[in-house]
Amino acid sequence: MTAALAIDGLGVVYDHYHVLKGVSLRIEPGESYGLVGESGSGKSTLLRAIAGLAPVSAGTITVDGETLGPRRDKAFHRKVQMVFQDPYGSLHPRQTVDRLLLEPLAIHGFANAEERIVRALDEVGLGSGFRFRYPHQLSGGQRQRVAIARALILEPSILLLDEPTSALDASVQAEVLNLLEEVRRTRSLTFLMVSHDLAIITHLCGRLMVMHNGAEVETLDAASLAAGHVTQDYSRRLLAASAGFVRTAEPAAGPTAGRFASAGQRSI
Amino acid sequence: MSTTAQTRREWLLSDRPQSRLQAKLGRAYVTWRRFSGNGLALVGLGIIVALVLVAIFADLIAPYSPTIGDLKNARLLPPSATHWFGTDDLGRDIFSRIVHGSRLTLFVVILVAVIAAPIGLLVGTVAGYAGGWIDAVLMRVTDIFLAFPKLILALAFVAALGPGIENAVIAIAITSWPPYARIARAETLTVRNSDYIAAVRLMGASPMRIVLRHIMPLCLSSLIVRVTLDMAGIILTAAGLGFLGLGAQPPLPEWGAMIASGRRFILDQWWVAGMPGIAILVVSLGFNLLGDGLRDALDPRSGEQ
Repeated sequence: MTAALAIDGLGVVYDHYHVLKGVSLRIEPGESYGLVGESGSGKSTLLRAIAGLAPVSAGTITVDGETLGPRRDKAFHRKVQMVFQDPYGSLHPRQTVDRLLLEPLAIHGFANAEERIVRALDEVGLGSGFRFRYPHQLSGGQRQRVAIARALILEPSILLLDEPTSALDASVQAEVLNLLEEVRRTRSLTFLMVSHDLAIITHLCGRLMVMHNGAEVETLDAASLAAGHVTQDYSRRLLAASAGFVRTAEPAAGPTAGRFASAGQRSI
Repeated sequence: MSTTAQTRREWLLSDRPQSRLQAKLGRAYVTWRRFSGNGLALVGLGIIVALVLVAIFADLIAPYSPTIGDLKNARLLPPSATHWFGTDDLGRDIFSRIVHGSRLTLFVVILVAVIAAPIGLLVGTVAGYAGGWIDAVLMRVTDIFLAFPKLILALAFVAALGPGIENAVIAIAITSWPPYARIARAETLTVRNSDYIAAVRLMGASPMRIVLRHIMPLCLSSLIVRVTLDMAGIILTAAGLGFLGLGAQPPLPEWGAMIASGRRFILDQWWVAGMPGIAILVVSLGFNLLGDGLRDALDPRSGEQ
């Protein structure tokens, strides 16, 4: 079976600085794959390199058995879409939701745009009341829903998610994550998701890769991460770092403080 | 958005517009409210609207011919009830000449804006978005044009192409686009790496489409403001060329040329040069006030995030 997305020895260099140093991974169709690591570990760069937004210096990217060249063609854009981290920065400030959703349809010459826009908005739970609003008239969660609708409107098979909930507050996070999980199930999408929140990754992803300094530390499945079965020192420290917050709060404070700490950790 | 407001206003300010048109009108209305809150800007707008109306209805407003004077009885008469702004050395009514001259002023201003602003916008956005050698070439060309003193370059062009109002327009347009290119490039550089442009690229949009449909609209408001503020300068440059005899040729009632011909009598018959001078002052002031108001109303960094 061909992998939905296979990356082999991918390197990215910005001004002589090696952001990615030979990363390889393989994602099966319908799989949900996570990338974790600290800030600056190259997770987001990996997504941008796949999307064609970062300068690739070495290695190959293969989508559905086809190796990508330096320029992405229209077929690629219909297959692979991305949801950005910051919903306040990923929507054009002078375009209505309608215009934002129309653009991909116009580029790819889709017929019945009207119908598709209404359907896309319904799918992300916004309804047509939001159709002619400008981004500044929407909340963060609503904006991220629009961004998801825009990514899904071309009916891609692979969705790249760059910390899609880290800019949202905790209650909205859960809604957006549930929405993503739901569209993944109904459309059998392949996810490649970046996050530094281990809880989100274990919840949504089957397998994951721990990254550090632009290179792979190790590949795990979600169950072993949840159980703490990691082999590398760095992964252990990462786990400890995300768990340590709760443990220090435990002995002195009551249950309220403990809960508060875990909520704070989730919204990093 | 008080509940007592009229229904039309509510419709315009609705949180949930029902159509593209309503969303657009609502946005325009918000901008207008910001603009009209500024009294001086409204004064500027009033002056410009008056200028446009005077230019359109010049034939109806002007009591005398702008080019044929009464040499026998009406030379150099001071302002009076029959000749509101007096008459010049050829017996022509200055008020009629100023009214007809508004057409020339408007012609110059509009034509320069229509030629220079799109050139500057295109050069700036393409340079800013493309980067690399395209950017280097386009911006060096812009630098070369910027390095010339504006009026002197316009003079050189007019000298090469021959005097006349059309050539003056071309000369001014050629010398006034570089600042627009720089503004457009600076605006483009601030948005080109933003996520929303990356998102459009990821949809497979061609660079041309990104520049035309996504970057240009963002540069437009600062450009409009700058062009409006430059209008006064354009009028003054056109008047300067007219004054030097390189712009509009006699007997065209161009305001700069009128000042030039009136300077011989400036001590004894001040109105011959003074009246067109006041007209230039008022119109320039109008454009400046309008530009300031537009800057406050259109500034992309105010109001919306």
